[in-house]
Amino acid sequence: MSELHYKDCGHACCLRVENLAVTIGGSQILKDMNLHVHCGEMVALIGPNGAGKSTFLKAILGQRSYTGVIAFSEPGQRSHKPRIGYVPQSPAFDPGEPLSVADLFACCMSKRPAFLGISKAMEEMITTCLDRVHGVDLIHKRVGTLSGGELQRVLLALALEPMPNILILDEPLSGVDAEGMTILMDMLDEIRKTYDLSILMTTHDFSLLPKYADQVVLIDGGIKAKGTAGEVLSSDAFQAIFHMKGGAL
Amino acid sequence: MSLWYAICNAIPLEMLQWDFMKNALLALLLMAPLFGILSTMIVTGHMSFFSDALGHSAFTGIALGSIFGIAAPTWAAVAFSVFFALLFSYIRRDSNQAADTLIGVFSSAAVALGILVATLGGGSFTKYNKYLVGDVLSITPGEIGMLALVLLAVLVFWCLYANRLTLTAVHPQLASSRGIPVALSQTVFTVAIAVVVTLSISSMGLLILNSLLVLPGAASRNISRNQKQYHLYSVLFALASGLTGLSISYSFGCSAGAAISLVLTLFFAVTYVFRGRNA
Repeated sequence: MSELHYKDCGHACCLRVENLAVTIGGSQILKDMNLHVHCGEMVALIGPNGAGKSTFLKAILGQRSYTGVIAFSEPGQRSHKPRIGYVPQSPAFDPGEPLSVADLFACCMSKRPAFLGISKAMEEMITTCLDRVHGVDLIHKRVGTLSGGELQRVLLALALEPMPNILILDEPLSGVDAEGMTILMDMLDEIRKTYDLSILMTTHDFSLLPKYADQVVLIDGGIKAKGTAGEVLSSDAFQAIFHMKGGAL
Repeated sequence: MSLWYAICNAIPLEMLQWDFMKNALLALLLMAPLFGILSTMIVTGHMSFFSDALGHSAFTGIALGSIFGIAAPTWAAVAFSVFFALLFSYIRRDSNQAADTLIGVFSSAAVALGILVATLGGGSFTKYNKYLVGDVLSITPGEIGMLALVLLAVLVFWCLYANRLTLTAVHPQLASSRGIPVALSQTVFTVAIAVVVTLSISSMGLLILNSLLVLPGAASRNISRNQKQYHLYSVLFALASGLTGLSISYSFGCSAGAAISLVLTLFFAVTYVFRGRNA
């Protein structure tokens, strides 16, 4: 495992995980996890199905109990309370559901019931949010009719309002075609640089990691390898878990 | 009520010369928005079988209320339905059985218990027939007042919680990540359905009631693109079917609930045919 050179980290976008363990129903899902994520970093969590990647994200989100430390500061500093933006693993929305993208935003952000219609002020706010992901034209589309890539962009736009310190994405590339993947990753790259937020994402697609990820973490019940994409993808642990050679990517 | 009677007297319709028709009309005008609104969430949340099971539990509650000599069996039924709804919500979260299996279990248990209690000691089932078929024409001003209060409560509840309920129904994980208490939202909605179903059972009857909770939303869903249209069309369908069904009932001497249900089915069929424009 190699150590990365971390930038100064005095903000809530900094994540420190020490000796994290998660046990569900008597079986240990994760153990001995140690990880540092610094502001502006993009960290990819990889691993086989059932390895505990989503469980790890849920522990960070506070939706899963754990032992160990999850702090949003450097060691010795007071932990900040971060705003966390979350893009959940996205089962397709029901295609017949009469829920427009604007309705979805209103349900998440507005006190005014969506069934009374979207106010002018809310529509302007939604337009601003969608503009961040180049998706203004999606505002009146039904959520269930969006393509995989469009849906991810909409969910991403939702997660960016209010602008978070840490953005967590669970399998954002699943169900997205190759072109959509590049568009989405370029967008995430631009967002983290513009807003200096750190990004944690799980993925099964390794081809884009060398270009976009600062740090890749291989999880299988715990951290088996971490470092740059090149280091992790050519590691013995990676080859043992996925039965493939790093050079094949 | 006297104001309502005066309004009805000013309308030159033969059927409105009778007080029971005036009462029924007012009851349906109150029920239409009630069922229209709730129907949208029942359809979105895939709860149509559940609301049907609640009707059965309400019947059981009424039978229990009668047998134990409770003065107002309706309130015994409300209590039993709410208990039934809460127990179902708990077991659905706790069990790994599919929701439709659990609904089958609860529904058949409720019906069996209801029939057993109603026929205990060789008792006649006939007095319970009105709860099976329902009769909106015999609704009393007191029951109409109760419906008005329930409608008011549901409207307030809807204005405060509709966004959260919608998000919970369409994407529970997203709702949870936005800080919405998913389990609590589902439970509160379930209890609301239980109360409305139980209070409407003597007017609409448990055999027909569920169609009123499902069809307005289902027909509206065929042609709606957003939540505003979804709610608006659902309420309009419920309203139009209520008025048409009451007229049919008066003209042909048939059950109003059944006529309303069939008109709604027609709305569903027509919107189904024209749903292509919305696809």
